[in-house]
Amino acid sequence: MSPQAAPGVLVTTDWVAQHAADPDVRLVEVDVDTTSYDQGHVPGAAGWNWSSQLCDTLVRDIVPKATLEQLLGRTGVDNKTTVVLYGDNNNWFAAWAFWQLKIYGHGDVRIMDGGRKKWLAEGRDLSTDKPSFPAKSYKASDPDQSLRAFLPEVQAAMKNKSASMVDVRGPQEFTGEILAPPGLPETCQRGGHIPGAKNIPWGKNCNDDGTFKSTDDLRAMYAAQGITADKPVIAYCRIGERSSLTWFVMKHLLGFKDVKNYDGSWTEWGNLVGAPVEKP
Amino acid sequence: MRAVIEMKPEEYSRRQQELDGWAITIETYRLGDTYHCTIASVDPGARFARADSATREDAEARALEKAARYLAQTRKFEV
Repeated sequence: MSPQAAPGVLVTTDWVAQHAADPDVRLVEVDVDTTSYDQGHVPGAAGWNWSSQLCDTLVRDIVPKATLEQLLGRTGVDNKTTVVLYGDNNNWFAAWAFWQLKIYGHGDVRIMDGGRKKWLAEGRDLSTDKPSFPAKSYKASDPDQSLRAFLPEVQAAMKNKSASMVDVRGPQEFTGEILAPPGLPETCQRGGHIPGAKNIPWGKNCNDDGTFKSTDDLRAMYAAQGITADKPVIAYCRIGERSSLTWFVMKHLLGFKDVKNYDGSWTEWGNLVGAPVEKP
Repeated sequence: MRAVIEMKPEEYSRRQQELDGWAITIETYRLGDTYHCTIASVDPGARFARADSATREDAEARALEKAARYLAQTRKFEV
């Protein structure tokens, strides 16, 4: 089996059980369902709310640098802390947090393979206690925008075919049959996908137990769709969180050098006046 | 020092079924005296309804009722 491009970036539930109390390790749960943490979480884990703490709450943007520095400081994280992220939905928003921590230059960030689902299924301890941490000082780097695609770059890539576009939403969203995942609010005016995009749903990165597939299987899956490391890749979904998981897979498990997450995603493209849309 | 209560999730179950034409996953477990149930779409796997109750049956019934209500608002377009 091929090794991960970034060895150690995935940790097992066993590893977490053994290292959760290490002073240099900070566990953080980030869920789609922001009530999950309160129901019970890995003992000692902090909880971050993606909708209020991992974004700019005024304009649509990632978390501002100063806000992230404060959040990390409050969570007892300094620049040398090993941050281990996990969450529900096979780590959707854990990957979103991972992507942002990498944008701001945090060195040692890892993901608990299988996330909350695997921890629960294994019957491991949960706690409803909300731990407090000694505040630390955190200094973030200026944002590395090379990990992120903005609209003009996506438009140019579509026109020039200068990057492989990967739409990680479900097939019904890709074709435009539905405008949002079933049961969730519609947030766009038009359905379909960016012309030329390949549909490789995020869930295909994972096994049934929530863990990531082997690097060999992942590499083969992307190669079968013509997505290889020798060409830039832009991944997108609806709001950028599912595509952050695919970004994580390509960048940190498979070692693609030039892969970006287009966090504007379909809620931006599908609302643009005059933007080209491909269906089905 | 605060007393920290830790519990193990018990009676964990996860199954798939169809609800109003949509494939869903039902995940339920008991933590202490409370059953927690969450409903997710199979594709793309997004959680969209949940409920807690003193019994598994009630937690799942309430979560399914919410899920059906939310799914009824999902429009399908011809492609």
